[in-house]
Formats: sequence, structure tokens, C-alpha cells
Amino acid sequence: MTTTVPASAALSLGDDALVLSHRLGEWAGHAPVLEEEVALANIALDLLGQARVLLSLVGDEDELAYLREERAFRNLQLVEQPNGDFAHTIARQLFFSTYQHLMYAGLAAGDGPFAPLAAKAVKEVAYHRDHAEQWTVRLGDGTKESHGRMQRACEALWRFTGEMFQPVEGLDIDGERLETAWLKSVTEVLGRATLTLPTGPQSGAWTAGAGRQGLHTESFGRMVAEMQHLHRSHPGASW
Amino acid sequence: MATAAAHQTDSTAAFHSDDASAGADGFERAFDAAVAADERIEPRDWMPDAYRSTLIRQIAQHAHSEIIGMQPEANWITRAPSLRRKAILMAKVQDEAGHGLYLYSAAETLGASREELLDKLHSGRQKYSSIFNYPTLTWADVGAIGWLVDGAAITNQVPLCRCSYGPYARAMVRVCKEESFHQRQGYELLLALSRGTPEQHAMAQDAVDRWWWPSLMMFGPPDDESQHSAQSMAWKIKRHSNDELRQRFVDICVPQAESLGLTLPDPDLTWNEERGHHDFGAIDWTEFWDVLKGNGPCNEQRLTQRRRAHEEGAWVREAAAAHAAKRAARTARTTETTGATQA
Repeated sequence: MTTTVPASAALSLGDDALVLSHRLGEWAGHAPVLEEEVALANIALDLLGQARVLLSLVGDEDELAYLREERAFRNLQLVEQPNGDFAHTIARQLFFSTYQHLMYAGLAAGDGPFAPLAAKAVKEVAYHRDHAEQWTVRLGDGTKESHGRMQRACEALWRFTGEMFQPVEGLDIDGERLETAWLKSVTEVLGRATLTLPTGPQSGAWTAGAGRQGLHTESFGRMVAEMQHLHRSHPGASW
Repeated sequence: MATAAAHQTDSTAAFHSDDASAGADGFERAFDAAVAADERIEPRDWMPDAYRSTLIRQIAQHAHSEIIGMQPEANWITRAPSLRRKAILMAKVQDEAGHGLYLYSAAETLGASREELLDKLHSGRQKYSSIFNYPTLTWADVGAIGWLVDGAAITNQVPLCRCSYGPYARAMVRVCKEESFHQRQGYELLLALSRGTPEQHAMAQDAVDRWWWPSLMMFGPPDDESQHSAQSMAWKIKRHSNDELRQRFVDICVPQAESLGLTLPDPDLTWNEERGHHDFGAIDWTEFWDVLKGNGPCNEQRLTQRRRAHEEGAWVREAAAAHAAKRAARTARTTETTGATQA
């Protein structure tokens, strides 16, 4: 590939997709219904496909995925959050896929280096967003229990959302406009789901921008250890 | 009915039409004639109760095997050693969930419900393939499952594409296409290991050593101990005996093992010129029956995980049902209001 994309931006977007894909892969065999086994694996596969394209623009995909230390990953803290219950997984999906969809739609409309890639990804991501929105509404406007779980999940993950709108080196997006569009969309979905928009802080020293600088939350190290263990045990082997 | 035209023959017209005057004997004769003529039985056709219940049991246990079978492989998704292998494995596990869905749908055409069948699985009243009670201890096991377990499954399932029950046969056509793809990927994974570092080669050999015999057990007990075989063959649910299929599988695997550069763990395995087949050693049927009875290495673990996923997902399914009911009620109210306004 000859397109010159800014490596730091490709790494940020690639790591988001890689890490979220990994988390979704942990659901295999544990989903609440068979249809969700299929859906979650499908989303995980789309994201892994995006990660492979993006990381390959920067270097060798496997070297980047398996041989970097945790401090060198550039993903958002949001995507590395443990799956929790199904509501936590859906809240994480809603927040991230709305962001990813708006961002890729913006990049696809422009003529920057990410435009061709974004044009392809935006179709997949539209499906992810739709899936997350539908489940948010089902759980929010379902039973008393599901409503409570969905509300708690949104609140627990809210503090990780501010990071999405921080500038990313080499990525031509208007963070403020993105945030406005994202907030409008999420507010509308939560409203339909009879849920309340969380009010806690979404920015601050340990949330805004930390993942993009390689500062991650504690569970991330274990996730990386599991992901890299086999590859690192056989230096130089091919698979 | 997909084969309606083919069914309009003199011998089976009464059976396929809903002509009650034909009487029970007439239905049975027509059913037998349809099976003998290699016609497909479809959901609305008359069928003997025992044919229906045998099929429900077999299709359900096949579906259960697909979803329990996700576990030993999903065990390696988060540790897959390259992104390409990870994508292949995720896609495979996803396909298995899809196969489970087709098969539950096929069983539902016989009047069973998915919920009731899952309940039978969770309570241990219906079984799944004994092979999934073995653990996946190394990455190479993922390859051995693809090559041997999926290979054995395909050998079993290809004849089912011609099974007398239409919905099952059609599900098998779709399943077999994907399974043979998985099987090739498993073979290719083992080949990469076999040709890799000495450690990788050893890992591949160890996996084949552990999966070979359990794979041969997938064909079921020997013909003289197989209780459902005779009737299933008469009904053309089954086309070949357990031992025939097992032999076919061994004959296919021997040259493949050679080209993989791996050995099969059976000192008695030799080519028999006279029979035109490979002779092979005795299977440990005690182990087979033990695993089937629930005493294999992972029986408890597999069923516990399945039950837990179902129980922990109950609130999600309840939420979906409650939300659907609310929507339906809202739609009904809207329609009423609109109707009233228009009137």
C-alpha cells in the first residue's frame, strides 16, 4: 500500500478496533441467546478486519499486536473495559459505535488519507451502531431489572467517553462537532430507552486522552498478557 | 413443499394430500413408498410417531453438539497466535452458532421448540457429541479439531444431505459446505505447525495423538451395539453403518497424516491389500461409554458453562420479550386510535 497515512492516527484507530474485537471475542460461548453469539462474533470479526488493515498501514500487524508492551497501545480506555454483564457490553458498544460511525462517516466524506478505508468501514459500523441502539432500547425499555442494569452500565462507562473527542495526531476531525453529534445521538437513544443521560465527569486527568498516550486501566494489562502469551512463547515462529 | 411436483405420483398421492379418507394404514403405506422411492418427507406430511421422535432427538443432539462444540475452540480465541488465525477461529465459532440455529429450526419443523430442546440439554436429558468433552490444551488442538473432528463430522454428515427428512437434509447441505471449509483450515493450521519450529511440530503431534481416538469414537458404537441403527437405515435417515463410516474416515486420514508429516497413534494401523482398506487397532469402548455417561474430562465443565450462559442471559431474554410486548401494545393502540379517527 502506497497511501501515506499518519502512523499515529492509524495506530490509534487500529488499536481501538483490535482491543474491542478481543473483548467481544471473550463472549463466544457465553452469550444470552444464540442469535447474539452470531451477532457479537460478527461485530468482533468486522473490527478485527479493520484492525488488520489499519495496523498493516503502520507495520507488521502481528508484531504490532503481539510484541508491543501495554504502554505502547494507543486505544481508548473505553474499548478495553471488561465486558461486565450484557448491559455493560451494550453500553460500551453504543458509546463506541456511535463515535466510530460519526467519525468514519466524516472521514469518508473528506479527501484525506483515511477516506477510502473509512468508506468501507462505515457500512459495517452502521450495522454495529444499529445493533447497539436496538439493544439499548430493548434493555432500557424492557423489564425493571434490565432498565436498572442498562442505566448502571451507562453511568459506569460514562467517564470514559470524553476521551473520544480529544484530538488525535494526524486525524482530521473536528472534536467539538463530533462530540455535539455524538451527544445528540446518544441522548436521543437513551431517551427512547427511557434512560437518563449520565451526568458524571467525562474529562479529567485520568480519563481524557489517557489511552491515546498509552496510559491504560488496570484490567488492560491482563488482557494483553492473555492475548500475547502464545505468540511471545515462540519467538520468530510463524503460524 | 419444495418437492411437491415429485410427490404427485400415484404411490404417494394420498400421503401427501391431506386426504383423511386414506386411513392410517394408507398413510403408513404411502410413507413407506415415499421413503422407498427416495422422496423427501416434508413437515406437513404424515409420518410415523417414532420417525418424528427419532428425528427430533437426532437433530436436537446435532444442534446441541454445535453449540457445546463452540466451547473447546472458543477457549483459544483470546490466545490465537496471529491476527489471521484469530479471525479464522472467530469466524468458525460464529459458523457453529449459525449451524446450531439452522438445526434447531429444522427440529422445530417437527413440532419441538428450541426452548424445550435447550432445557433437555441443560438438564442432561439429551446428549451432545462426546468429542466435545475433551479439553483443548494447546493451540494445536484447534487444528486437530478442524482436521479430525470436523473431518469425522463431514464423513458422518455428507450422507445426511440425502436423508429422507427434507429440512434436515437441506440444513446438512449448508452445514457441510462450511464444515469442509473449516476442515481445510484445520489441516492447514496443523501443516504450518508441522513445518514450523521443532516445538511447533511437537505441539501438532501431541494434539493429533490426543484427538485421534476420540475422533474415531464420533462414529458411535460398533454396528452390533448400535441400538438406533437398523431402524434409522430403514427410514433412510441414516445411509451407512457406524463401522462403514469409521472405515471410510480412517482411509481418508492416513494419507493426509502422511502429507502433514505427522503420525497417527495406532501401532496396528496397516494397509490391508485384500480388503482394500486400512486395518486399525481396537477402540477403547470403556472410555467411550464413560464419556457418554458424563464422566469424561470436561462433561461437567461444558454443561455448567452452557447452563450458566443460559441462566445469566435470562434477564436479557426477558427484557427482549417485555420490550416486544410493549411495542406490540403501543402499535395496537396507535392502530386503534388511527382507526377511530378515520371512522
